[in-house]
Amino acid sequence: MRFQVLVRLKGGVLDVQGKAIETGLKDKKFNGLKNIRVGRVIELDVDGVSATEARAQVEEVCKLLLANPVIEQYEIKEA
Amino acid sequence: MRVAVVVFPGTNCDQDVLHVFGKLLNAEAFPVWHRDTDLQNADLVVLPGGFSYGDYLRTGALAKLSPVMQAVKDFAGRGGRVLGICNGFQILCESGLLPGALLENVGQRFLSRFVHIKTESSVGFFTRGVELGTVITCPIAHFQGNYYADAATLAEIEANGQVVFRYSDAAGAVAPGDRSSNVNGSCNAIAGISNKAGNVVGLMPHPERAVEALTGFVGGDTGLEPFRRAVGA
Repeated sequence: MRFQVLVRLKGGVLDVQGKAIETGLKDKKFNGLKNIRVGRVIELDVDGVSATEARAQVEEVCKLLLANPVIEQYEIKEA
Repeated sequence: MRVAVVVFPGTNCDQDVLHVFGKLLNAEAFPVWHRDTDLQNADLVVLPGGFSYGDYLRTGALAKLSPVMQAVKDFAGRGGRVLGICNGFQILCESGLLPGALLENVGQRFLSRFVHIKTESSVGFFTRGVELGTVITCPIAHFQGNYYADAATLAEIEANGQVVFRYSDAAGAVAPGDRSSNVNGSCNAIAGISNKAGNVVGLMPHPERAVEALTGFVGGDTGLEPFRRAVGA
């Protein structure tokens, strides 16, 4: 089974990359663009286990490593 | 006093730390490879600076999975002294041994420069006995040094005296909104913290690079005192 994990900074956490992108676009014609937030997409396969177990493993890996709960939230999608 | 200096792939400040403890403070300092699980009866464990695992995913994130870290957690759980400098601080936060996280610097730049840090608390073993207000001048060299914790965590560590160092000016004046002193934009200008018990300490700056007048440049040897306190020398 293939999964897609979306990791993004929590709402209140300053996104320095997003700010930099915003600043970069300022001088162009995109003055209306704002609140740019940068996240990360991680794709992975889980083989040889049931669908429920596969999802449970992805969930566990998110908590263990893929996302830092202090600053990030994650979302798991079946790809 | 036995000091274990943990070496991960990508660690690059291990020799500096071994020099401070082994040569300047006459402790028994030795390296421990990250795949080892034996801390060899260490009294103090140091996670030095560098770029463990190339900083992939998040700084310090992959290092927390190294076999040695379970031993470090057990050691800290028994009250053992653990010090994390720069990447070592990031690893301690990722491991949950210290609260909060290190975000990218507010200015989106890698910062390699001298800073002043003011001693704010003697709860952590690293500053125990150091006069509060003492200013250390030493280098920083990081891209992710912007200390972050949510409001509740910040209030808690402030109330417990867990903020060990804050970025300041040369005279010790702290102004979190002033980027000339709080150069990376850290919450409350926090440069270093301890856990509640005080046996785990982490900081972003590199006091081990300001321990001798000959090589400490403008920092002189102002960084030596906390290392001395850490080993009771």
